[in-house]
Amino acid sequence: MSAAPRILDAGEAALVVEFGTSVDPAISDRVLALDDALLADRPEGIAETVPTYRSLMIHYDPLVLDRDTLAGRVLALAGGAPKRATAPTRWILPCCYEAPHAEDLTSVAGQIGRTPEQVAALHAGATFRVYMYGFAPGFAYCGGLPEALAVPRRPSPRPPHPANAVMIGGGLAAVATVPMPTGWYVLGVTPSRLYAPERAESFFVRPGDTIRFEPIDAATFARLAEREAAGERVARREEGVS
Amino acid sequence: MSVLAIEAAGPGVTLQDGGRKGYLRFGITAAGPMDPLMFATANRAVGNSLDATAIEVSTGGLTVTAPEGPLGLALVSGGFRATLDGEALPPACALTLEPGQTLTVRAGRSGAWGYLAVAGRLDVAPVLGATATHTRSGLGGLDGRGLRAGDRLGVSEARSGDGAPQRLLAPWLDRDPSRIRVVLGPQDDYFTDNQVAAFLAGPWTVSPRGDRMACFLDGTPLTHAKGHDIVSDGVAMGAIQVPGNGLPIILMADRQSTGGYPKIATVIGPDLGRLAQAQGGTRIAFSKVSVAEAVAARRAEAEALRGEVPREPLLRTDFPAEFLLGLNLVGGVTDGRDGIAKVA
Repeated sequence: MSAAPRILDAGEAALVVEFGTSVDPAISDRVLALDDALLADRPEGIAETVPTYRSLMIHYDPLVLDRDTLAGRVLALAGGAPKRATAPTRWILPCCYEAPHAEDLTSVAGQIGRTPEQVAALHAGATFRVYMYGFAPGFAYCGGLPEALAVPRRPSPRPPHPANAVMIGGGLAAVATVPMPTGWYVLGVTPSRLYAPERAESFFVRPGDTIRFEPIDAATFARLAEREAAGERVARREEGVS
Repeated sequence: MSVLAIEAAGPGVTLQDGGRKGYLRFGITAAGPMDPLMFATANRAVGNSLDATAIEVSTGGLTVTAPEGPLGLALVSGGFRATLDGEALPPACALTLEPGQTLTVRAGRSGAWGYLAVAGRLDVAPVLGATATHTRSGLGGLDGRGLRAGDRLGVSEARSGDGAPQRLLAPWLDRDPSRIRVVLGPQDDYFTDNQVAAFLAGPWTVSPRGDRMACFLDGTPLTHAKGHDIVSDGVAMGAIQVPGNGLPIILMADRQSTGGYPKIATVIGPDLGRLAQAQGGTRIAFSKVSVAEAVAARRAEAEALRGEVPREPLLRTDFPAEFLLGLNLVGGVTDGRDGIAKVA
């Protein structure tokens, strides 16, 4: 059985339930399983929970739910080695690795001594795990980047990336949404929007889901982006056994 | 329908409600008021729910009118200068804004944020369940932006208030910004005991470059015992992160939902507002409290907001002598509780 998580206070209205200190699918599984268990249990006084790579933050109202009661409940749930409530979904996102979308592809290729085509092929051949959201609405932090693409993050931020940029940096991958200055490198852009505020389901990818990128040319990108803008969701679920 | 018209608004004047809830897990910032206690006091004073949409006034200032009909308003600020048609108002007051009148709010000697609550409901479409404005991601408020001249805010179920301006008595807002209470952690173990002590003692100076996202502190840099990079985890409002340069950054209402620097301590909820109100140059130190002490402070705050916000008539120094005489004749000898004795 795995060790009990550490319970840390983040002020008097949030607890951090820490399962480890690294980026690791097994740690993330425990975080997400506790999150599911807590959401099913939903003790009164929990405001919201935020899964991250290695810990679950629980925002609570201490005038409704006592800190030690909550901590006890969390340890009891975590001790039961919970499983995730539902299986992760495997998503396929179209991605254009061509100009003008692949703004930093050549730069990354230069850094690791490969051609832009090889970089794109390495990236499109990988299966990424979404660990968490953060930084900006729908900004998804992903693991599973091939070793060969593990370039450090930029020493200083570049100008805002395009909307829905597909990026790498610091050994990780990310799918961005709204343009922001960034320390990551833009390999391409997906026409799929992980954050669509006008849709009833504004976010469709859950932490723990996987993503593969399917290379498309610039003309296909334009076509799919138009369909996405019209309300369609151009990301697809991967069929077949997991 | 009644309307609150924005005649002028400086940068950083936004619509806020209690904040966006339930979307931190998707990277959505909660936003909400910088000074939650003062915001709630303004809403309480006009009889709204404590998390109703109100205007957060920055030091950039605000001028409003009520062109379509009278509106009951409460303005609560630390030390802003407010005027109604040029007549000075106290920094915390309730009033009825009549068509043709102009209410102006400007920065003053103290305070960084004020709140203008409207009796009734400001008609602002919620985005992801809240009206709180987060300008950085363009969410909430009016098209995700700050207010500006020409904006007209519809008011449903408007109540016109009690007429002449009254002073609001909210002693719980008399807060000392120089002493901020914190609960240590979640990453105080990234610092030696000496450095934790140095952090608490300060003194720190609030940098003028703060905004709704963060309060930056200047002082003697802290050193990390285990490096300054951690694998990102969740960030609560008031989290005090210490980046590589050793100067603490306190994450406020517009903070990101997660972050990758060690957080040495967290400002307790009841002290977030007094910190937010500290103007650039304010010197502060921290004192460590337990979670139980922080919860007790939170409970006291909730108690203060339970009842109505007491009011007293506004005193004017330019009353004609006949009026003062008449007041004495009617009220007899003043007992020190009504206006006359307090004019001096």
